[in-house]
Amino acid sequence: MKYLEEKIFKIIMICAAMLIFGVLVYIIATVFYRGLPALTLDMITKLPGGGFYLGKEGGVLNAIVGSIYIIIGSLIISILISVPLVMYINFYLPAKSVFASLIRFSLDILFGIPSIVYGAFGFALMIFLGVRASLLGGILAVAMLIMPIMMRSFDEITRLLSRDLPDALLSLGATKYEMVKVILKQLMPGLVTAILLAIGRGIGDAATVLFTAGYTDNIPASLNQPAATLPLSIFFQLGSPVEEVQNRAYASAIILTVIILILSFSARYFSSKFSKHKI
Amino acid sequence: MHGLRAAKDKTARYLMLGIAIFAILFLLVIGLSLFFKALPIMREKNLWVLLTSSDWKPFKGDFGFLPFIISTLYVSLIAIFIALPFSILTSIYLNSYASKNVKRFFEPVVDLLSGIPPIIYGVWGTLTIVPLIANKIAPRFVEFSTGYTVLAGGVVLAVMIIPLLVSITLEVFRSIPKEMTDASLSMGATKWQTVKKVILRKSVSGIIAATVLALSRAFGETMAVLMVCGNIPQIPHSVFDACYPLPALIANNYGEMLSMPNYESALMFSAFLLFIIVVLFNGLSRFTLNQIERRYQF
Repeated sequence: MKYLEEKIFKIIMICAAMLIFGVLVYIIATVFYRGLPALTLDMITKLPGGGFYLGKEGGVLNAIVGSIYIIIGSLIISILISVPLVMYINFYLPAKSVFASLIRFSLDILFGIPSIVYGAFGFALMIFLGVRASLLGGILAVAMLIMPIMMRSFDEITRLLSRDLPDALLSLGATKYEMVKVILKQLMPGLVTAILLAIGRGIGDAATVLFTAGYTDNIPASLNQPAATLPLSIFFQLGSPVEEVQNRAYASAIILTVIILILSFSARYFSSKFSKHKI
Repeated sequence: MHGLRAAKDKTARYLMLGIAIFAILFLLVIGLSLFFKALPIMREKNLWVLLTSSDWKPFKGDFGFLPFIISTLYVSLIAIFIALPFSILTSIYLNSYASKNVKRFFEPVVDLLSGIPPIIYGVWGTLTIVPLIANKIAPRFVEFSTGYTVLAGGVVLAVMIIPLLVSITLEVFRSIPKEMTDASLSMGATKWQTVKKVILRKSVSGIIAATVLALSRAFGETMAVLMVCGNIPQIPHSVFDACYPLPALIANNYGEMLSMPNYESALMFSAFLLFIIVVLFNGLSRFTLNQIERRYQF
């Protein structure tokens, strides 16, 4: 009798798991199915023409390049702040330090703040600094968004590092700073994983850049010019009454999805590569 | 230690300390900034009126946030209601029943689902869920529905929070010491009985914490919900009504923000509300999850 209940629930569980898998396939399939016909080389290589959102030619190069610019800018800021902080928590503070737990706790909370709040805060910050909706604004907002993600991921990987190497270095007379420099080389794959994860989140997020990066049909030539991003481009194309433009929105969605898929798989590849080379 | 090396080490140390202190204060900075930006409207109108009135007429200066708060709650609760059973069942399966190959197969699936940008979910929702509701599901219950409904928002949100729920509940299940489950099995209990009486019972607080975390994620999700919820400022009376959650409000009106007095402040007030709720929920659930992790580590 006790086995019957188990059998029933086992079937239910497998169904639940399959459903989740099925939904993933369904989502990717839907996007590809609607978007593939409209995906042409033009879409990737041209800027939007005059009436792009009403049906005329062009492509989404403005959004692709804009997104790339923004993510590179935010990555630079993010890495410059995350790496020292993670090194500090893990190697400069004692193992059971309250300060370290406090920092990790704040990071966890920052990790959970919705992107629109970062967008609103970024907007307030921009007004305070006198920056207009521009590439710079987008970079600042996305940097704030991806920093907790990068720090958390890098922190988790760093915690796994065996203490033998740092101890050996210190016992040879290295200062903590010198030790950290050597350790970083060991942690490189982990850092790459963290970076890829952060890019994945940052590039796909619309709410953060909505207020802060503006939107334009051109590629920004300086930090003060507005920048288009892929998610916003998809959003605006979807809002067009012309069906052809809506199909192009799905094609742009494919571009974004493909980028994310490549990033996801690269991140998995790097993180598995990392666990193979542990000292 | 001599000169330059020591100096480099010291500067590095102080710089890092600065960054660390800033990291802790950052939360406070965000909260305070949003608060100060929201202050004008809080001064002009009674806080109670702001939170409970349903009049949303920015042109006249009426800012009643109740429809938005209720919409946010409604959509998020539906999402949790749909997502929780699937997630827990899948987690139990992955933890106790699945073979190594199945586990290895599912990890990327969950990762991918969590990596898909919200806007793609929104696209999928508009393409598949909205027509499904409008044409197949709604006609059985109500006279007419555009499909842009609370239910659509709930379904899309549910899929978005499933990865989070699965990964956290998996962690909670894994934190239960193997000795306990082994003891139960050695007494002759079946795997399922072990799951029911040992694993689930011990995981209740963890599952609640995971739910709270997922709930706060659902509260803040903007893009996907925006595209399928209908964006009508009303209190939805059924799941087949359109709604207008807080993040959608902020996102939709940022353009007109600066044109009217107090409009910007009103939107910043919504952002502040979201911020407070999310910080509270996240703080409590993370604290609980940390305690659970600590409880079983010797």
